[in-house]
Order: sequence, then C-alpha cells, then structure tokens
Amino acid sequence: MAEQSERQNLADDRTAALGTGADTVDAMQATADGEQYLTFTLGDEEYGVDILRVQEIKGWQRATPIPNTPHYVKGVINLRGTIVPVIDLRERFGMAAQEYSKFTVVVMVKVISGVRERIMGLVVDALSEVYTFQTEQIRPAPEFGAHIRTDFIRGLATVDDSKMVIVLDVDELLSDEDLAIADDQSRVAEAVRTAARVSKESE
Amino acid sequence: MSVDLSQFLQTFFEESFEGLDIMESGLLELDPQHPDTEVLHTVFRAAHSIKGGAGTFGLSAISDFTHRMETLLDRLRAGEQTVTPEVVSALLSAVDCLRGMLEAIKAEQELDSEALSAAQQALDEQLALRDNGAKGGRPGAEQSAPAGSGGLGRRGANAGSSGSGSAPAGAGPEAGEGEQGGGWHIRFEPEAHLLTTGNDPARLFRALSDLGALTVHCESGELPAFEALDPESCCLSWDLELVTGATEAAVREVFEWVEDDAVIEITPLSGSAAPAAEDHGAAAEPAPESAPVAASATAEVEEGAEAAAAAGAAARPAATASSGGTAAATKSKPAKAGARKEAAKKSSSSIRVDTEKIDVLIDMVGELVITQSMLSQIGKEFSADRLEELQDGLAQLERNTRELQESIMRIRMVPISFAYSRLPRIVHDTSRALGKEVEFTMEGEQTELDKTVMEKIIDPLVHLVRNSVDHGIEDPAERQAAGKPGKGKISIEAYHKGGNIIIEIVDDGRGINRDKLLGKARAAGLVEEGEELSDAEVYDLIFHPGLSTHDEATEYSGRGVGMDVVKRNIRSLSGSLNVRSAPGQGTTITISLPLTLSILDGQLFRVGDQTYIVPLVSVIESLQVDGAKVSGVTGRGEVYHWREAYVPIVRLHELFDTEPMRHELSGGLMVIVEDEETYLGVFVDDLLDQQQVVIKSLEANYLRVPGIAGATILGDGTVALILDIAGLVEMSRGGSRQPLIPEREESDEAA
Repeated sequence: MAEQSERQNLADDRTAALGTGADTVDAMQATADGEQYLTFTLGDEEYGVDILRVQEIKGWQRATPIPNTPHYVKGVINLRGTIVPVIDLRERFGMAAQEYSKFTVVVMVKVISGVRERIMGLVVDALSEVYTFQTEQIRPAPEFGAHIRTDFIRGLATVDDSKMVIVLDVDELLSDEDLAIADDQSRVAEAVRTAARVSKESE
Repeated sequence: MSVDLSQFLQTFFEESFEGLDIMESGLLELDPQHPDTEVLHTVFRAAHSIKGGAGTFGLSAISDFTHRMETLLDRLRAGEQTVTPEVVSALLSAVDCLRGMLEAIKAEQELDSEALSAAQQALDEQLALRDNGAKGGRPGAEQSAPAGSGGLGRRGANAGSSGSGSAPAGAGPEAGEGEQGGGWHIRFEPEAHLLTTGNDPARLFRALSDLGALTVHCESGELPAFEALDPESCCLSWDLELVTGATEAAVREVFEWVEDDAVIEITPLSGSAAPAAEDHGAAAEPAPESAPVAASATAEVEEGAEAAAAAGAAARPAATASSGGTAAATKSKPAKAGARKEAAKKSSSSIRVDTEKIDVLIDMVGELVITQSMLSQIGKEFSADRLEELQDGLAQLERNTRELQESIMRIRMVPISFAYSRLPRIVHDTSRALGKEVEFTMEGEQTELDKTVMEKIIDPLVHLVRNSVDHGIEDPAERQAAGKPGKGKISIEAYHKGGNIIIEIVDDGRGINRDKLLGKARAAGLVEEGEELSDAEVYDLIFHPGLSTHDEATEYSGRGVGMDVVKRNIRSLSGSLNVRSAPGQGTTITISLPLTLSILDGQLFRVGDQTYIVPLVSVIESLQVDGAKVSGVTGRGEVYHWREAYVPIVRLHELFDTEPMRHELSGGLMVIVEDEETYLGVFVDDLLDQQQVVIKSLEANYLRVPGIAGATILGDGTVALILDIAGLVEMSRGGSRQPLIPEREESDEAA
C-alpha cells in the first residue's frame, strides 16, 4: 500500500516535471485530465497498459497448461474461482524466455472484444511505474508498412525526455486470433524494435 | 412485535405462481366427458389458497377474481354444473389473467384491465349459464363484479397509477356507510414500551382505515441517533385524520387495547371531506424493527413494501369514498414509486430448493463446526507430538469445506420440470386452435440443470414444441389417410449424457419436406443451384431466418422467425441443435447443452504432471493393458482388443503434446470411454480417485479448446482440465488433430 502511494507520488512528480514550464496548478490539472498507465518491463524495454484495465497484480503461480495452444499461453490459473489464462508477454513478443523468479509478476488485465469481457494474465519481468499521459503525449506508432503489425501498439510516449514507453492496446494484443494461432513471431518482435528505433531517431 | 407481512409477500407470489401451474395442469388434464373429481378438488384448493393469500395481503382485485373462479370450480366439483370445454377454456384464460395480474403486481405495473374484464366476462358467462338455468343464481358472485373492478382501482392507486376510472364503481361494503364529511382528528402518542406489549400501530391504523379515509402523519422527531436506536422502543408519534361517519366511541374502540400505553386525543375534525393522503411513507414507519437496519438493502425492500402495503390500506377507502380521495391516492404516486420499484428489483430472483439439499448443507455445517472445535482444541494445547493430529484435522477441514462448496453449488441446480411446466398448455392451446389432436408426454423431469441455463432454455423449448404441433403433426384426417392414428404424439425427454444435457423433442408427424425446404432455400438464394447438401445441412436450413415450409403464415408459425432465435439462444448457452427427420414418420430435434456451472461426477487421472478429469458417465471400464491384445494398424494407429471389438487407443500425451511418465502400453492403465457408441481407449499414467467437480468454463476468459470440455478447481486450488470425449474421438480420428500452433521450432527460430 505504502509502495503504491509512493508510486503515485512519483508519478505526480513526473507529471509535474513533464508539464513544460507549467506551474503546479497546471500539473495537477494534467493529472486530472490525463490517463494513467501502469508500466512494466520486459528486458530493458518498458511497456504501459491503461491502468483502468488492470484488475489486479499477482505473483507468478504454476499454471495448468492447455494442450494445443500457442506456447506463449502458459496455461490457466484459478483466480478466485474463475479460470483465467496466463500469457507470457516475452514469448508473445518473441523475446528470449526467462526463468520465472519471485519477482515475476502476473498483471491481470481486462480484455474487451465486442461485447465479451475477459480477464487474462500477462507475465512480465517486473512492474515499473504509474505514469499519467495526456492523449497528445502518446504519439502514434510509426507506419512500418503492411508486413509488420502495429495494431496492438496504441502509441509511444516519452518519459523524462529520454525513456520511451510502448503503450499497448490489450484488446488487440489478446484478440481471439492471437490466442489461437501464433502469428509470425518475428514480425511482432520486429515491430516493437522498429518502433523503438524510429521513436529514438525522431527525437 | 408487529408481523411484517411484506416479508411473506414474495412467498405468496411464489406459491401463487405454483398454484397457478397446478391449476393449469389440472385443467388441462380435465376430460370433459369424465371429469375427475380429485383433479377438480386440486384445482379448487389451489384457487382457494391464492384467494386466501391475496386476502391476507389486501390484494382485493386478486381475491375477488379468484373468488369467482372458486365459485365456478365449486359448482363443477359439486356437480352442479357440467364440465364443458368452454368452462375449461374460461378457467384457463382466468388462470392466464390471474398470472398476469400477479406479475403486474409483483413488477409494480398497472394491471391489464382489458384482459381482466375479458376473463371476468368469460367466467361470468359460465356462471350465468347455470344461474339462468336454475335457482336464480347467487347474487354474491354476480354482484362482486363492480367490487372487483373497484379492487382494481384500489390496487391501481396503490401501485402508483391512477385509479380514477374504476374507483366510483367500488361498491365495497365500506362505501355503503356513506361519508357525511365528518371525522376525527386523533393524536396518538404511544409510550416507548408500546411495542413490547404486543401492539402494532400499523394494525391500529389499518383498523381505522376500515372506518373511513385515513391520513397518517408520523412524527419522527423523537427518533434518537441511529447508533442509539433501540428497535424495541417506540419513539414515534402520529397525527391521524380520519374521515368517517363513525362515532367517537367506535374510533376509541380501536384504541381500546393501547389506552394505557399511549396518550390518545380524539377531537372532531373540522374542514374538508377528503384529506390528501400525502405521506404514505410515514405509514410505514410503525414497522420499527426495520428502522435500525435501514442502512441495509434488505431493510429498504421491507420498508418499501411495508410502505406500499400500509399506503394501500390507507388509500383504499379514499379511492372508494370520493373522487377527492382518488385524487389524493394518485398524488401519492411519485413518493412511493421509488420504494416500490426498489422492492420489485430486489425480489426479482429467488430459487426454491429441495429441503433435502438444505438438510445436507446443515449436516455439513455441523461437521465443519466439529472440525473447527477439534482444531481449536489442538491449537490451545499444541505440542510437537500432536502434529499428526493437526494435519488430520486440517485434512478434514479441507474436505468439509470442499463438500460444503459443492453442495452449495448444487443448490443452483433445478429440475428441468420448471421448464417443462409451460409446455402442456402450449400443446393444448395450439392443437386446439389448429384442430389437431396431440398426445404430449414428458420424461426426465428430474434432470437437473443450472438455473441460469434453465431460464434461458424455456423459450426455445416452447417454440420448438409449438412448432412440432403446427408443422409436424398433421390434421387428424390427413393422419388417418396416411394410416396413422388420428392423435399425434409429441414427446420431450431430458437426460444427462457425457457432460451434456440432452433434450429431445420427438413428434410422429409428417417430417420435414426436404425438397420443399431445399426449393425454398434455392429460391431465397441461400443454396446455389445444383449444389448438393447432406440431410443434416438441409435440415439445418429450418433455423435460417425468413425460411418456412409453411405456405401461409399462421398465428402460430410459418413466418420463419423464431427458429433462428431458438438457434441463437441455444448457441448463446454454448449448446448445439440437431434435427433428424424421416418423411411421414416424424422429426426429432435434439438439443445438447453443456453443463457449464454445474457439477459433474468425474474420474481423475494423471498424465505426466497434470491431472485430468473424464466425466464418469463416459467411462465404461478402467483396465490394465494386456500387451498381447494391442495391435498396430498401418504402423500408425493402435487398437486394443476389448469385449469382442477393437478399440482405438489414444495416447493422451501425444494428443496433448506433453511428457508422460510411461510410454510402454503393456501393463499400463487404460480407461475405456464412450461417446455416442464410439469407444476409445485412453492411455493414462495413473488413475486417481473419483469425485464430484464443479465445471468451470474455459471459454469465459479464453477460448474453446478441442478435446477439452472445461476446467475445474481441485481441492488444492490448482486447475485441472475436463476432457471432452466427443472432441477426443474427433481428434483421434485426425479430424481436428492439427495443433493450433505452428511447430515450436519455427517460432524458436523466429525469436
């Protein structure tokens, strides 16, 4: 709890710092207007998801594997009586898999597709921060041409003038097709890396 | 202590609806030629208890109406009047009307006065038949007509709608006393201990309201803070205005029992005749026991309902007395509407549970308590040598908890007879209207399914059965011409099969005209010219919107709408529909519904480090593999010689791509499973125990996975998958054997 409020403070500080030349009142306004994002790390990349979609955060627990599903679907776990699938985001993005440790966290997110609402767990390396971004702060992901999927990247945001956060669209990331059939791993991974590169270049 | 009637209102509704069902089925059973007196008695008793209940709750519209039904039924059972199809029809429509009234009251809606008067007229006609024929009739029954509509008016006013139209007609006994414009003002200040003497102000007010139009003003200024509130002491006082012709003595008589416990001042009322019944909410406040818990939702409901009941009582004479009173009652509408609506919302869903199930629960809770006290005993005087005892105790606790959980889940399971109950009526009405004769049978009424599933399956069943009568069964003449008995047969059967509930609707009618259906589909452009379809595909077309083999649409069917809705409803329950038909012999529609949320008896087994569950109903035998009986087929498949047959062997670890503990078939364990007469030998590492498991949907948060029917949570909190035998059969045949993913090496390369 204390940790969380500390995070909130941190986030507020950052928001204040971000408000270029703005006074505190504006910064507070910004907190009120903007959307909050929970960020986590995969390797040295930082990703963000809309905090309103985050249902809860759990430590890694052994999942029951489901036969004949993409390998990044680690299986299902019991979340207070409901069966919830857990997806390894590293493997989803085609990054090298990592041993699960006691710091490995599962972020339970709400995924909306049409009228259906589902809860899914995302295995990530570690939690990072809670940031507030204004809508205009999230810049659209650059176009990479038709062969690279970017539909699950909502945009890119910059923090502290240097660090980039890739804001994910969980609905696209965890759509039905993606859960049943793995798409070309390299494309997803490449999309993420190219996005990062382009974003750095454009600064 | 007052008796808060509103808490029984819900029960009254439930019982009344049940009573109506009994009446309905009884009436349908009734053979005009040989009326069974016992059945008539049953119907009469049901009507009688509805009447009694309605009377208790002051629902005079209901009790008046039921009274008339009862009169008619009484004559029928006494043999004073003969049972004719017309009488039965009139009574059935009366049952419908009564159901409508009860539903309207329950939902706080206005009563359908048209339907009411129509049904009433039908009843009156039947009553009049006999009256004209003999002794000049019973004035009571006939004259209750205006009183009935007066009741409607009262009820209407009570429910927050305008009761003006019928109010003047209210020729109730109290109206006869007449209003002279006089009345009394009563100051009623009870002592704090009033309630402990067994007196209830609400009852007093009800008695007063029988004397005339009563306006109740409650003073709640004395109420202490919520924390300090003593539910047993009365802190309220009231100012009452009673418009009546009654004498002071008559009013005083009402207070006779509380004279010593309250300050009562009665002064003649000067001023207008019809006081406004403004503060009906206040009338509810004499229900003191609901005050302390006012914060909770339940209390709101009770209070709301009480307010309504009390207000109803207060509004009643006002409505009957004068138009001024009616206006007052109408005025009270906005104040109450909120509370009433709340009450309706909260009471919308309930379930009737078999006492046996509750007894089981009580037993289990008893065991739980024993385990708990045993554990706390160990905890108090714990030493290392009692560790084993502690572990035993904990194991017992775990078992108790699990059993308790399972039993509670079982409470949600209801027999399908609830869904069946409407069907005989549908068959009766439809066949009568179409001039067909149908014998309808129902089987498997005790098959249990989840309440939610049951509620959603009712409409599709009604539709399918009605369709069978309309489309399936031919006219008696046509049937006889075809050499069949004139009376058609429709049966519905429900049973559990392999983790599914199967509901079969079978008729012996003309069957589906394949060519005609196909022709229509071609004409509608659904099927290409020259495209050949299998029977199943053709029959599936009947679920297509806008397609009907009927040339003319009737009231009942033929517009081609409905079947698509049936299919959609069943799909939404993750179920499937299957149609089989033979021309001239009939049609069978099979609905298969998954048991999501329900409970399954399962056989647990292990492959690798995973536990799986196979529904026990699918398990035919578990055996140790005799290596000599295994033979290979074309080097790929393996079969097992079992009971004079060869059964394909499925190595689950291959199908599911996991690492088993055992590869060698010989000496290992195999479970022979069956689905629709197809047998499969599932090779497993180890057999575990059998237990009831709660089926959880995998689809809710993920997807449908081939070969997996769902998942469950085991005692240790981990998830185990439940096998879908039909899916396994298909997978083992190579049908959907392709894994959902590309080969793993490929993705590894990519990474």
